Amino acid sequence: MVQSDLKKFFTYSFFLGILILPLVGFATTTFDAPRAFTVWGVFVAILAFGLIIKVIRHSGGYKNLSDSLAPIHKQIKDKLTAVPAKYYILALLAFAVIYPMATNRYLVDVGITCLIYIVLGLGLNIVVGLAGLLDLGYIAFYAVGAYSYSLLNLNFGIPFWFCIPIGIAFGCIAGCIIGYPTLKMRGDYLAIVTMGFGEIIRLMLNNWDKLTAGPNGLYGMAKPALVYPSITDGGLTWVTFHLKSLEALYFLALAIAVLTVVGVRRLDRSRIGRAWVAIREDEVAAELSGVPTMWLKLLAYALGASFASVVGGFFAAKLSYTNPNFFIFMESCIVLCIVVLGGVGSTPGVIVAAVILSAVPEIFRELQNYRMLAFGAAMAAMMVLRPEGLIPATRRKRELHAAEQHQHEES
Amino acid sequence: MAELLLKNITMKFGGLLAVDNLDLEVPSGKILSLIGPNGAGKTTVFNLITGVYKPTEGTITYNGKTLNGLHSNKVVSRGIARTFQNIRLFNSMTVLENVQVGLHCRTKSGAIRALLNTPFLVREEKEIEDKAMAVLEFLGLESFRNDYASNLDYGNQRRLEIARALATKPGTLLLDEPAAGMNPKETADLMDLILKIRDTGLDIFLVEHDMRLVMGISDMITVLDYGQKIAEGTPKEIQNNETVIEAYLGSGGKK
Ligand SMILES: Nc1ncnc2c1ncn2[C@@H]1O[C@H](COP(=O)(O)OP(=O)(O)OP(=O)(O)O)[C@@H](O)[C@H]1O
Ligand SMILES: [Mg+2]
Repeated sequence: MVQSDLKKFFTYSFFLGILILPLVGFATTTFDAPRAFTVWGVFVAILAFGLIIKVIRHSGGYKNLSDSLAPIHKQIKDKLTAVPAKYYILALLAFAVIYPMATNRYLVDVGITCLIYIVLGLGLNIVVGLAGLLDLGYIAFYAVGAYSYSLLNLNFGIPFWFCIPIGIAFGCIAGCIIGYPTLKMRGDYLAIVTMGFGEIIRLMLNNWDKLTAGPNGLYGMAKPALVYPSITDGGLTWVTFHLKSLEALYFLALAIAVLTVVGVRRLDRSRIGRAWVAIREDEVAAELSGVPTMWLKLLAYALGASFASVVGGFFAAKLSYTNPNFFIFMESCIVLCIVVLGGVGSTPGVIVAAVILSAVPEIFRELQNYRMLAFGAAMAAMMVLRPEGLIPATRRKRELHAAEQHQHEES
Repeated sequence: MAELLLKNITMKFGGLLAVDNLDLEVPSGKILSLIGPNGAGKTTVFNLITGVYKPTEGTITYNGKTLNGLHSNKVVSRGIARTFQNIRLFNSMTVLENVQVGLHCRTKSGAIRALLNTPFLVREEKEIEDKAMAVLEFLGLESFRNDYASNLDYGNQRRLEIARALATKPGTLLLDEPAAGMNPKETADLMDLILKIRDTGLDIFLVEHDMRLVMGISDMITVLDYGQKIAEGTPKEIQNNETVIEAYLGSGGKK
């Protein structure tokens, strides 16, 4: 057993070397040996770590260790769960409100990015986590939102708040366009088609110069504005307050995120949410229990798309700028990473993962080129060590562990 | 009036004739059993009725209206519910949630109502829970309400499937080998349960290999062999039917 693991370790290290050394080493025309070997070294170290864990597990050491840690683990867990969930939520909200006042502009900006990813993650979670449909082109709906707002605002001067419902409608339509032809597809096929759809949207935005200004992008959209009545000596007047400051935009993003959390949670607990989970579990049984599976899958796409569209409109308004390169395939991957890393179907998990995935790249700015590599490694590690995600949804956890048990019984 | 009526139903899978020109009628308020050797086409008949397969030929009507071409979920909302030969529960959902899914086709609040948490939705969700609990109580599963479906023992999983089907408020219940894998005690309980369900006014269409169960509760029996109806009658008539005995012995012994 250990021998075959060792063999695996060496083969993987070797092939990683073949991949990484030239890829990383030839940044320019000359071979940068120290850099290449450092990166390779990191990966080999990760593999070695995995090997060591495996060996310890097999020798029974791990079991002893985890057994001795179990009571402590349980104690911590009991303490944590003894506090009602609402205190955590209140604490988190309080933190989110104080955050922009206690930090600098740069961090507020990171905070906004993070909130956007939370909304995207939760929206995709409807499609992937609840209804069990894989979507690799999710960012296209974000693009639809961004461009809906940009075009409507630039061409017709429609204000932000009116563009949002229109953007939602466009998002729904786009969701149905991608959803309808894929209703009968599953797994890999669905992944490929949705990925293609994402790219089609991006390429369309890139090439439809007349409408979208192509790769130059659109700029000059108005910021969202609050309009409220005010009493001055002239009587009642309407005051327009443009949300120009980063803090104001942060609070708008926070409001969108909070509404999304509430909305997704309500959906999850309604008959619609149950029907989605039923479809994920066994589509045939769901259909034969009276659930209109086609319609509900379409609804999942449309609703997921709506959330992305709202936050896409916000994104365009915040920057007053948008261009097709914001919506590359990698973005879809990041959102999917957030869902998988956090725990498919789990709202708190998605929030935590969104925070991690938007904060970590900022912390390790120098490593930007290896971002994809790191994501890939993180995902692979996650799949092996904790497939249910950081904060698993109770349902999902059961599902995976039942499968595991099944395997044990079979083998 | 006959509720569920199959006329000249034929089903071909490529060259295989799974159901051959079958006429069948599930009488109102009665228990009709469909028996036959393995591979006779019994499950296929269920799949045809519930819209999983489209018949190559023939018509299926329910309460005078045709079911041909309907999506399965529409067949269910018309009033035909079924269980599966291989248990198909939503394993990571609780017992209660499984039954609540069955109520989907009898309730109507959509995504907008859910997002806004309207009073209508709140009321309906309460109603869904109450009705689901009532079904669980009818089947004696109420104490398992918060258990995961996969944690139930075999007999109770079969019961839960029936519960989920009953939650759709059917007029006709199709049961595909509900006693498979049950011990004698569980089978006896199941027998009482099926009679109890019939007494609430449902028509029951039963596919089953357990002859004691079939002979004990059926009002009528239809025998299928290689997709063809070879006999029809009361349990007594079927027991003494030469063709039937031959079909069973010919295909590897009586069960
Ligand atoms: N989807 C399908 N494609 C091809 N052949 C099928 C399909 N479904 C069923 N069959 C075939 O049709 C025939 C009847 O199958 P069916 O499952 O209806 O038998 P059954 O009477 O339910 O048998 P059992 O008692 O074993 O459940 C079998 O020969 C089977 O292989
Ligand atoms: Mg069968």
